[in-house]
Amino acid sequence: MKKTKQLFAGLILMAFGLGTAQAEYTLNLMKGVTKVSNDIYDLHMLILWVCVFIGIGVFGTMFYSIYHHRKSKGHQAAQFHENTTVEIIWTIIPTLILIGMAIPATKAMVELDDVQESEMSIKVTGHQWKWEYEYLDNGLHFFSSLDEASNKVRQVGSGIDPRSVPHYLLNVDKPLVIPTKKKIRFVFTAADVIHSWWVPDLGWKKDTIPGFINESWTSVDEPGTYRGQCTELCGKDHAFMPIVVIAMNEPDYNAWVEKQKAAIAAEAGSASKQWATEELVAKGKTVYEANCSSCHMADGAGLAGTFPAIKASPVVIGDINAQVKLMLNGKGMMPAFGKMLSAVDFAAVVTYTRNGLGNSVGDSIQPSAIQTLQSATPAADKNE
Amino acid sequence: MSAVVAEHDDHHDHHDHGPAKGLLRWIITTNHKDIGTLYLLFALAMFFVGGAMAMVIRAELFEPGMQFVNPQFFNSMTTMHALVMVFGAVMPAFVGLANWMIPMMIGAPDMALPRMNNMSFWMLVAGVLLLASTLFMEGGAPASGWTLYPPLVLQTGKALPFAIFSVHLLGISSIMGAINIIATIFNMRAPGMTLMKMPMFVWTWLITAFLLIAIMPVFAGAVTMLLTDRFFDTSFFDAAGGGDPVLYQHIFWFFGHPEVYVMILPTFGVASTIIPVFARKPLFGYSSMVYATAAIAFLSFIVWAHHMFTVGMPIAGELYFMYATMLIAIPTGVKVFNWTATMWKGSMTFETPMLFSIAFVVLFTMGGFTGLMMSVAPVDFQYHDTYFIVAHFHYTLVPASVFILMAAGYFWLPKWTGHMYDERIGRLHFWLSVISVNVLFFPQHFLGLAGMPRRIPDYAVQFADWNMISSIGGFIFGVSQLLFLYIVIDTIKGGTGEKVTAEVWEEAAKHSLEWTLPSPPPYHSFTTPPTVIPTEHI
Amino acid sequence: MKEGVTQKNAKLVRILVFVVLGMFGFGYALVPLYDVLCEVTGLNGKVESSAIKEVSYEVDKNREITVEFMTSLNEATPMVFRSEINKLKVHPGEYYTVNFYAENKTDKVMVARAIPSISPGAVAEFFKKTECFCFSEQTFKAREGRTMPVRFVVNPELPEKYKTITLAYTFFDNTETSVKK
Repeated sequence: MKKTKQLFAGLILMAFGLGTAQAEYTLNLMKGVTKVSNDIYDLHMLILWVCVFIGIGVFGTMFYSIYHHRKSKGHQAAQFHENTTVEIIWTIIPTLILIGMAIPATKAMVELDDVQESEMSIKVTGHQWKWEYEYLDNGLHFFSSLDEASNKVRQVGSGIDPRSVPHYLLNVDKPLVIPTKKKIRFVFTAADVIHSWWVPDLGWKKDTIPGFINESWTSVDEPGTYRGQCTELCGKDHAFMPIVVIAMNEPDYNAWVEKQKAAIAAEAGSASKQWATEELVAKGKTVYEANCSSCHMADGAGLAGTFPAIKASPVVIGDINAQVKLMLNGKGMMPAFGKMLSAVDFAAVVTYTRNGLGNSVGDSIQPSAIQTLQSATPAADKNE
Repeated sequence: MSAVVAEHDDHHDHHDHGPAKGLLRWIITTNHKDIGTLYLLFALAMFFVGGAMAMVIRAELFEPGMQFVNPQFFNSMTTMHALVMVFGAVMPAFVGLANWMIPMMIGAPDMALPRMNNMSFWMLVAGVLLLASTLFMEGGAPASGWTLYPPLVLQTGKALPFAIFSVHLLGISSIMGAINIIATIFNMRAPGMTLMKMPMFVWTWLITAFLLIAIMPVFAGAVTMLLTDRFFDTSFFDAAGGGDPVLYQHIFWFFGHPEVYVMILPTFGVASTIIPVFARKPLFGYSSMVYATAAIAFLSFIVWAHHMFTVGMPIAGELYFMYATMLIAIPTGVKVFNWTATMWKGSMTFETPMLFSIAFVVLFTMGGFTGLMMSVAPVDFQYHDTYFIVAHFHYTLVPASVFILMAAGYFWLPKWTGHMYDERIGRLHFWLSVISVNVLFFPQHFLGLAGMPRRIPDYAVQFADWNMISSIGGFIFGVSQLLFLYIVIDTIKGGTGEKVTAEVWEEAAKHSLEWTLPSPPPYHSFTTPPTVIPTEHI
Repeated sequence: MKEGVTQKNAKLVRILVFVVLGMFGFGYALVPLYDVLCEVTGLNGKVESSAIKEVSYEVDKNREITVEFMTSLNEATPMVFRSEINKLKVHPGEYYTVNFYAENKTDKVMVARAIPSISPGAVAEFFKKTECFCFSEQTFKAREGRTMPVRFVVNPELPEKYKTITLAYTFFDNTETSVKK
């Protein structure tokens, strides 16, 4: 059955011409790509085998007994009910096994804990429901959320086959890029609720806690793309905030950093041009679907009691500057989008909500105006 | 098979000083058997309610993509499934067993505090109904997991205060039940029934009752702090006011870890009661069983933070909680070895209660193995919050606690009703359950190791195959339980029609006092204390 | 005998109810206990929430420790918040002052509180602050921006293995709760 399903999945992929097949599922823990993750894997295998051997012993004895010591075979019940020697043995042996396990476990724990002498630092902030990455050494700063293709498919009753999307739910719009062979320190915090950052190939996960920081580190030897997910229940879209880490050789990484810096400059340019309302509405629709629809719903109807509707909302059909301000700074569960969206995206989505989703206010706001408002915020590095 | 009087008999007369007639009997009853029946039937009903929620979860997870429910409702389902199963099904079922069996096992006429007994049952019903009503409130039922972690839980809609009050009611109900059990065991034992002659079920419940008294108030305190954080501007768990969300996790798991033992210790007790009867041998190592139970209960108080290895504790904390947690394997191992030794060289027969008990020993041990694996902190950095832990605790709860509750049902139904259940259907129920429960939960180990987080309504496609298999197992398991419902109803109505003896199972009276009473037993169990105390089990 | 049992039950119930109440209290007692534990062990990177007196240490010129400064804003806290420098190399025992800048971006008065957190947690007890804006709630007038100093010293007894310390502040908008109070 598995084979036919894989074949089926493969055929669909080919039919859609989407190239690479999905990652093979595994039965066992993955080895990962760091020394720590390999040590953890070895420890996992050690304990697994210990359990298997104890299991064979205990279950073997039990099933031997079940087979031979049954009444239907005429076995007479013995009447012993204690044996101090045996009882001491089966207390001592497990104790020794546990000590044998504790030693390598302690070593791995100490290794994992040592965040000192890192070569670069990345701050990771958990948001409902996206990740924010900040490179403390070169100032790069961006948000990373579920890719658009997965986001379309994962809407309730979308009817689209998830197998048609490469890396369904494990792909993001902007991956985290790190250099290989460097000790990288991660500092974790969160802006709203607790999240947890997990890339299995790196060998660990760490909770991100609002108001507090946590640290961990990694050093990846081989270039590659490593995928993970949020692992602490963080609300409605907990399943939809994946993590993608791309490890690159040092020169590739440096080139990537330069490209990002150039893109920021280009973005600043496009924000200063004059945009037509239709252009903004068209662009705003995609921005809305990527950033707003998970709470306010794709049709702007909201979710009664939790997320207000966009359609006929007093904020959206009221004063445009008040709406911009609310979106810049956030309110309650509404995140502050001022630092999450570029000026162009921000202006586009504001214009879209006022002229789409059943509203027709008719006005618009220019990206340049947003840029002025944002520029007061140094943290508002553009994310494109 | 057991000794059964094969004589058809269909008169349903009651005893001389019987209960009040009609519905009122069940509302005002202070009789330990009536209250035990109420608890057990309520727990069975909640088992199906919680099970229906599990079916919703498995249906959504049958295939990748979102087919049936929205993510918020899915989270409500996982949360409510856990709360209903823990507080509505497993705990009340064991309280029901305690009510029925403890007075009969220690030779008492009734529970020590009968009126409080009645109150604690109705409070349980009120608590569960209040909890269920949150499903229909604006913003939906709590969706932050049964652990109710802040700050997420504070985003719950209108349901939050109701959910918290329901936890209060459930807590008070459990505490009253626990006090009653302690008072009964301490003060109502028949002459000659010394503590070290008590059946294991009574012993495990005594220890469990003390656990409940120690932890339920702490949980009540934690949720009260949530309530004041949300409505009265305190900031116990709110970093903005100088609080700490991780503090909640510490308090919760100080309650939560002993709480999982509240569900497993009486399980151990029932298993230690059933296995010797069908092995026709005394329980191996009675006193080491008592000490192991006490040791597990003690350890449960000092290992809580192993649920929180990834919150960023200092390394000394991580190591301490790792070592302490590993220690639990020792007394737990002793128990498993003792059960095996009890079977060794016995003269075993395999009626349904014994089948469920053997499955319990094997499958609980598998849950124990994964528990041991997760006690190792660095490796838990991978396992934590994945389907691996989901598989682990379901192995220790479903084919352990729930199977033993089924075993207890089959074991004592003939005693309670005076009728024999249909052994053929019982075995069918067993085989369907034991196969489907493994199809349901075993693949979840693979899913967790391969990287599937828990509490997600949708997943990457490489997890699709095992999820589908797991769901199929889940549906079969769910449907199979209807057989149990049928058997319970059928047995109450007369079962196979055989009239059972007082002893029901061969030589059971050598093991415990309840088998010296007629089946069904008189309305008040031992109006005159028994003269002979069975000692076969020690 | 019947009388005896009733009395024994009543006595036992009294004791057990007392235990229950005690455990409820214990739940609350865990809150201050946890704070004490945090300060002693540096659990969760909590740091002392009040200023210490300035005492002089012997400055260890041979040792250099990097202190990183990190600023965050909680969701829906409309502010600008940054440190003037990202990192500073310090000698244990010497006092340093680092400025942080925070600005209220709304047209209303804002009461905000900065929550400090330090990593690695074990360093917390060696990291002493004589002055910090995090010791109390800060009130900002509409659109007000302000530079606020943090003065600190790293105790020279800090174990050798620590070479990098991260000091993080997260600002929370507490206007609503402080208005209620």
